[in-house]
Amino acid sequence: MIAPAALLVLAIILPAAGVVLALAAGGRGAERVAMAVIAGGAAIALAIAGTLWSTGAPLSYIIGGWAPPLGIALRADGLSAFMLLTSALVIGAIGLFARATYVQPAGTPERRAPLVFWIMLMGVWTGLNAVWLAGDLFSLYVALELLTFSAVPLVSLEGKPETLAAALRYMLFALIGSILYLLGCALLYGGYGTLDIVLLSRLARPEPVVFVALALMTAGLAAKTALFPLHLWLPPAHAGAPAAASALLSALVVKGSFILMVRLWFDSLPGIAGDGAAQFMAALGSAAIIVGSVLALRQERLKLMIAYSTVAQIGYLFFLFPLAGAAGDWERLAWTGGIMQLVAHAVAKAAMFMAAGLIGEALGHDRIAGFAGLGRALPVVMFAFGLAGMSLMGLPPSGGFVAKAMLLTASIGEGQWWWAVVIMIGGLLAAGYMFRVLTPALAGGAAPVILAARISRPRQAIVLGLAICALLLGLMPLRPSALLEVGRTTQAAEVR
Amino acid sequence: MSLALLADAALVLLVLGLAFWINAASRAFPAVVGYVAFGLLLALAWLRLSAGDVAMTEAAVGSGVTGAVLIAASVRLRSAETEAPPPALPLRLLALLLSGLVTAALAGLVLWTTGPAPSLADQAVQHLPGLGMGNAVTGVLIAYRALDTLLEKVVLLLALMGIWSLAKDRYWGGIPGPSRIQPTNGALILLARLLPPIGIVVAVYILWVGATDPGGAFQGGAILAAMWLLVMLAGLRDAPAISRPWVRLCVTVGPAAFIAVGLTGFALPNGFLSYPDSIAKPLIIAVESVLTLSIAVILGLLVAGPPERQP
Repeated sequence: MIAPAALLVLAIILPAAGVVLALAAGGRGAERVAMAVIAGGAAIALAIAGTLWSTGAPLSYIIGGWAPPLGIALRADGLSAFMLLTSALVIGAIGLFARATYVQPAGTPERRAPLVFWIMLMGVWTGLNAVWLAGDLFSLYVALELLTFSAVPLVSLEGKPETLAAALRYMLFALIGSILYLLGCALLYGGYGTLDIVLLSRLARPEPVVFVALALMTAGLAAKTALFPLHLWLPPAHAGAPAAASALLSALVVKGSFILMVRLWFDSLPGIAGDGAAQFMAALGSAAIIVGSVLALRQERLKLMIAYSTVAQIGYLFFLFPLAGAAGDWERLAWTGGIMQLVAHAVAKAAMFMAAGLIGEALGHDRIAGFAGLGRALPVVMFAFGLAGMSLMGLPPSGGFVAKAMLLTASIGEGQWWWAVVIMIGGLLAAGYMFRVLTPALAGGAAPVILAARISRPRQAIVLGLAICALLLGLMPLRPSALLEVGRTTQAAEVR
Repeated sequence: MSLALLADAALVLLVLGLAFWINAASRAFPAVVGYVAFGLLLALAWLRLSAGDVAMTEAAVGSGVTGAVLIAASVRLRSAETEAPPPALPLRLLALLLSGLVTAALAGLVLWTTGPAPSLADQAVQHLPGLGMGNAVTGVLIAYRALDTLLEKVVLLLALMGIWSLAKDRYWGGIPGPSRIQPTNGALILLARLLPPIGIVVAVYILWVGATDPGGAFQGGAILAAMWLLVMLAGLRDAPAISRPWVRLCVTVGPAAFIAVGLTGFALPNGFLSYPDSIAKPLIIAVESVLTLSIAVILGLLVAGPPERQP
């Protein structure tokens, strides 16, 4: 029997060991290791979330018996549980979906793309789980490095010159982000002698060194999260990657640096940034929603449209900063709403990128102008695409609806109605770019669509299953989630 | 005004002057050479600040390995560079201004805070005897913050995979580098025959001494990697095909051993990544030895680059 707290270690070490084993085994071994890690990782995520749900208390594990500040602790609160479950679900679906693409036939020499894909998939998962669980700002830096070094090769997995350029640009943005974050860490350590999140939250006072550190770290993380106007790297990178990789990057990787920002603002340095800074972040988020959606409307290629939609949907997350800052009822609603937006977007966007991948495979292109009549040729895929689109538009019943409704209610409740206006405009624009794809596809063209390739049923089923998950998230009641509050209320009380 | 202060002032001026020169250089190659020298001077500065471990790492990784990668890249880019005009002066001035501003702002922040900065150094030293160690930096890396070190080793593996992933499909499993280097440079061949035996002894010493003095797995591994690269550059040995089982074994055995030792900690009272008191030091040295091998091979292959020819 494993102690529940030890699961926090295993959640990080299992995919890390997977990376090492897959490289040692090589060839067909890599996929087998990845499948075992996916099964084990899902079980670990369920067990941690189940423990938090049943006990209502956060978990923590001190590595090697060295208590912070000297050592490091892993901590799981409600937010960690939500993110562990989301990443296990999305990575599981991506892994099953990618089996058809990244095959290593028996008895043939090892191929490049399958080995790289399976290793990087587990590398991303190691980094993500480390972001969800690490209780120390430097450990979180290591987690960011894991994410960067496994995400960049995924962008250029197909090896085309334009994807290499996109990967290089992504890497430059990500490395500048890492350096700024590390600089902030150094300043905080110099100021307070610890990087442990809980200890830091007790020590930090509003003084120049903290302001500079927070500003540097936020800027660095915003570049990694592709917050407008630092989003320039995202569309070519996410659109150029192969479908399974795009799903992983858009659904989860950008969320890693965002959650780190949340840990920084809400947990490590609570109350340091004033309301003005929070309003500024949300203003950038609003600009991302408008600019990202308008650019999505103007794209001619499906994958680029979906990538610009990610720029827009990331914008909503930044409403967390002005809306969820305090401990009142509306703030609790905004907290659940903001995190639900993250979860709903992750699930819906992964389904959408995979559906786009299948459309591209079937048609041999992804030009939106050539989609007339696609609904009859690929009914299941288009249905899944539409369901995922409902969540992005925020139509009921879907995870996106629940999230946006909660953010909208909270912003009106807190008297910050201007964010509600942006949320509504964003929904309309999202409907615009979704229907630009769906209307011709469902209306049908003059001639029947000729498919270049057949798409196997199981792959269609995986995409549909994930899109249905995005829909089922809409069954969540429109009130603060009890699981998401685990470990949060006590901390807020401790600080205030 | 003592002699030491005078030497320090000269060092600071040299570092700053070289930094300006690197920014002003119009071509990549001289800038890279300047950068390598800059790293060595910086290592001296760290030594003057009594940070031996940082100095070694800066010299070995910041200047050595990174320098080797940059030199190789700038040599390859030479043909492309002659076609394109060098960056315009305003752009270079802007880069200079930005770096200057960052430096000034950081210096300002450091000078702003009064009194000694809070530090965990005392605590870090206090627990060292239990580990059989004398060097606090090694204690931090292998005990107090061992999880970070472990995950950084996974990052190294991912970086190597990232570089290999740039290979063309038909060369997968092949040999790094565009062509085999012919052993024609007499001086280099002599060096490649003379230095490695000494380098290997120094690397083992650095690894061993890391328990009590500046040194350890990363520095030792970097020296070993340098020796291997020297042999490859002289053309005495070709780089290995990346599909070779021994290559895969060498790069993964260190991280695998670290994870395995970490997991056995679950059987001990202090849990994951703790070491039993009685055999803490031998166990740590054993893990570090295997890590040194993996780090050396990974660093060597990182510099060698993606496979570019059939095995």
